[in-house]
Amino acid sequence: MTAMTDTTVKEPVEFFVLDDPHHHDGDGHEEHHHETGTMLGFWIYLMSDCLIFGILFATYAVLGQNYAAGPAPSDLFELDMILISTFMLLFSSITYGFAVLRMDHNDLKGTVLWLMITGGFGLAFLYLEYAEFSHLIHLGATPQASAFLSSFFFLVGTHGMHVLGGSIWLVVLLIQLSQRGLTHENKRRVMCLSLFWHFLDLIWIGVFSLVYLTGVLL
Amino acid sequence: MSDHAKGGHGSLKTYVVGFVLSVILTVIPFWVVMGEPFDNKGIAVAIIFILGGTQMMVHIHYFLHVTIKVEEGWQAMSIGLTILLLVIIMSGSIWVMFNLQENMMPAHEQIERVRNLP
Repeated sequence: MTAMTDTTVKEPVEFFVLDDPHHHDGDGHEEHHHETGTMLGFWIYLMSDCLIFGILFATYAVLGQNYAAGPAPSDLFELDMILISTFMLLFSSITYGFAVLRMDHNDLKGTVLWLMITGGFGLAFLYLEYAEFSHLIHLGATPQASAFLSSFFFLVGTHGMHVLGGSIWLVVLLIQLSQRGLTHENKRRVMCLSLFWHFLDLIWIGVFSLVYLTGVLL
Repeated sequence: MSDHAKGGHGSLKTYVVGFVLSVILTVIPFWVVMGEPFDNKGIAVAIIFILGGTQMMVHIHYFLHVTIKVEEGWQAMSIGLTILLLVIIMSGSIWVMFNLQENMMPAHEQIERVRNLP
């Protein structure tokens, strides 16, 4: 079947990877070639996202001290909760790693299970962030209160939106995995989300170092 | 193919090593702020940023698996370009805005000077 399609149909130039059943039993070279394009493209998207966060970090670094007679970081932030959020993301990073390792062993159940645990930690992080933001707004520390709070909500909120997007993607991925199993395309999707998820944890390191720890300290 | 997959996805060992390093590099900066072991805030800030930078490198190496060889070097090259741009954007804006703030006369001081004019 594979040989027939290869000989009878001359493959046209592909600008995207089709959900073509003959790919995953094709030889390693072809498979790797396709993976390279998508993974590198996704990597370049992540780098552009990294520039967005870099600009938000620079904005916060410039505006973060302008309290406009309003509350300062040490009045607002509860580091215990931030430490818990940080560990939620860190746990979700390693459980995603375990999912990828299970996927390498072609273990669909293990992959799905670890991905669900990852999603659970992601949701816990989102809930903690939601609780923090609503607490701040309840205190009157809204984005309109000072330049510090505007840049704070913009930076941390953008990160939170990314985690929310990643969680929605995770749910979609779980549906795709339950419908089609560990096909070549699904493996590629799992690897793309893996990069995205680990990248968000990396950005969070910058957030807790610059915003929370340095903010409370100074 | 399996070699490629292993090179790109890491192993149980790399994930666990990365995780343990990340935990250590997370707990120390939080302890520096919450336990207040240093009187000098400059040292504390330096520790936070050095350990934060180290943890980012740990994540890039152990979780994102960036090496010079992956994707014929394009991945490493793009991350290098991104870091260069980030350094320019961040150090540039902080430098410029710090100077601007230093050289800008505060509004109330300006009013006082006008009042004191003969």
